[in-house]
Amino acid sequence: MSSIWEYANPRRFMATSAKLLPWAVGLAAICLIGGLVWGFFFTPNDFRQGATVKIIYIHVPTAIMAINAWFMMLVCSLIWLIRRHHVSALAAKAAAPVGMVFTLIALFTGAVWGQPMWGTWWEWDPRLTSFLILFLFYLGYMALWEAIENPDQAADLTSVLCLVGSVFALLSRYALVFWNQGLHQGTTVSTVGVGVEENEGVSSIFLYPMLTSLAGFVFLFVALVLFRTRTEIRARRLKALIAQEQMA
Amino acid sequence: MIGLLKRDLALAVRAGGGFGLSLAFFLIFTALVPFGIGPETGRLAEIAAGLLWLGALLACLLSLDRIFQLDWEDGSLDLLATSPLPLEALAALKALAHWITTGLPLVVAAPLLGLILNLPGPAYVPLLASLLAGTPALSAIGTFGAALTVGIKRGGLLLSLLVLPLYVPTLLFGAMAATRGAQGLDFTTPLLLTLGITLGAIALLPFAAAASLRINLR
Repeated sequence: MSSIWEYANPRRFMATSAKLLPWAVGLAAICLIGGLVWGFFFTPNDFRQGATVKIIYIHVPTAIMAINAWFMMLVCSLIWLIRRHHVSALAAKAAAPVGMVFTLIALFTGAVWGQPMWGTWWEWDPRLTSFLILFLFYLGYMALWEAIENPDQAADLTSVLCLVGSVFALLSRYALVFWNQGLHQGTTVSTVGVGVEENEGVSSIFLYPMLTSLAGFVFLFVALVLFRTRTEIRARRLKALIAQEQMA
Repeated sequence: MIGLLKRDLALAVRAGGGFGLSLAFFLIFTALVPFGIGPETGRLAEIAAGLLWLGALLACLLSLDRIFQLDWEDGSLDLLATSPLPLEALAALKALAHWITTGLPLVVAAPLLGLILNLPGPAYVPLLASLLAGTPALSAIGTFGAALTVGIKRGGLLLSLLVLPLYVPTLLFGAMAATRGAQGLDFTTPLLLTLGITLGAIALLPFAAAASLRINLR
């Protein structure tokens, strides 16, 4: 029986990911283009927010993926710390810049959306501020990876940082809620159809293209992480080869 | 353990630089504030409590890279690691020594500096209480950050980048307790939450710091 841990073997991972990568890229392209075109051109404008509502097809999926990317890094860090699978540590390293960029996109589109809606680019609101802090966590994590030369040591230390950072990210999230009641609306995607009032939750006209675009961003994340992990593995093999040559 | 604590304290006081430096920084920070935002007493009084918290946090941050760096450079950290004392206890002791030499003087100095910022009278007790409750968390978090970056040359800036986001919840609740107190509102909830963060940090972070030290000393 094959177990999931066999993918911790870099060779096995490379073989499987080579097969998976085109699928992930293709699905990402199809879902992203489909969802975004559907969203931008074939949905009506919102009766209150006008055309600006269309930014949700980018803003909401990237925000969701920004948090999930950190969660994925947390899981990978735990696997590395407990079972010491190199691919896991490299996947966490590969995911960090992707998550960072998603956070940045969510912050930026949020600012662009917030300007016409709330009349301000930035507000010290719990959601916005916790995303800024998440962005700082990504920066610190990446900086620590860059600062340490020994790869195993770097993987260990960044994993510990990721663990502690997750706890503090959660803590600041709830701390911020106490601090200031927000301007940002609550989660509306999961309340579709559950809302007692009609205008609660996202209308299904907007929801389906957004879910398509979300799937697109998920596949995009998977494709980018697979691609970057493969690059990391190759870079490490190259390093080993060069070291071997110098020894000989 | 007591001996180690005494050694750290003596080193901090005698070796120069470490002990008074963050206090001096705190003083200068506070003295610069009126230049930056204007000396009107009303406006100063409004933000004094939050500013003092911010100043204390930055002063604390400045002294973090001294926690392990000197011991690392002269090799005594290796000796301490091989001693029968567990590394977790070492990390906790280092955090305690850092708090005694940095956090505690800042707490003591805060009321005096509150005076020059026109901190309103009823604000002193909540400010002192929140600083007393919060600064140990700053030391514990900082010790973890210092343990992470101990092997890195010129890790000071990296240390700030790593530690500052971790400081957010402590600063938030601590400053909230102080400002609520300054406005004459009830400040027990944020104070208790600050205390909760401190207790959690003291209980858990020495383990993370010890793990990082072990990796760095390997």
